[in-house]
Amino acid sequence: MADTLHALTALGHAAPETVEIGPYRITERFDVALASIASRKGRDKDVEKAAKAENLPLPGPAAAAEGATWASFWVAPQMWIVEAPFASHEDIVSHLKPAFGDAASITEQTDAWVRFDLAAPDLVPLMERLCNVDFSKAAAGFASRVVVEHTSCYLIKRGQGEVTLYGPRSSARSLLHALETAATSLL
Amino acid sequence: MIINHPILGPRDSQEFVYLGDASLMTRPDGMTAGIEEFHDWLYNRDNPAGLHRELWYHEQGDRSWLVVTRNTVTHEITSVELARDVARKMGRSK
Repeated sequence: MADTLHALTALGHAAPETVEIGPYRITERFDVALASIASRKGRDKDVEKAAKAENLPLPGPAAAAEGATWASFWVAPQMWIVEAPFASHEDIVSHLKPAFGDAASITEQTDAWVRFDLAAPDLVPLMERLCNVDFSKAAAGFASRVVVEHTSCYLIKRGQGEVTLYGPRSSARSLLHALETAATSLL
Repeated sequence: MIINHPILGPRDSQEFVYLGDASLMTRPDGMTAGIEEFHDWLYNRDNPAGLHRELWYHEQGDRSWLVVTRNTVTHEITSVELARDVARKMGRSK
């Protein structure tokens, strides 16, 4: 029976969607596991040490960082969301819990979000229509919570033409519509 | 209006939600303080024409609570602190 059960993507299909509008490519990502890590009171040093041992980067405010397996971005003081390959880390909390023990509170976030990767030679015109981040001035590795079309999202700037956007999974279709509308208006 | 977030730097005030007077942070103990003191905390607010300390929540940001000192006449913001740091300075543990 298990063979007939397949998870659907946030957009409700068996396989993730890719939309191309002019130079803009919007890719739904289905292969990333997520968890939030919040260090408990007075345990910052322990969290730092455990993360180092796991080769898990924990960047400073408004930043994202990538390691070999783990990547993460800052969301609040002493709190991060970590990313790992879904294929190897589907049960992401059980990978993190042994390393952090009771020094941090860890919550699985994989199915709470829809992830869209935006790509274009230059994303500035699109991003300045979508959110209030000064995208051309933000450095690569900038991460922030933003509002896109009334939807609260996390934005990670990987480069001038590369952006990761995490939005609420239940608003996946609406968020994609907002991205498509903004991209179409630029043609 | 721009709020200089102590961690994230200058941010548009649209990202924030206003709660009210920063004195809300110092709720008297309802079991030991008198009814007058509790009533005063709950209902009575100063309405100064000048500097006012108030609580703002960075809802579309890092979800931190801030104590913002704002001039109610000019809207000039003279100081922004994390509410957490303010509470700790008052000797609170959390």
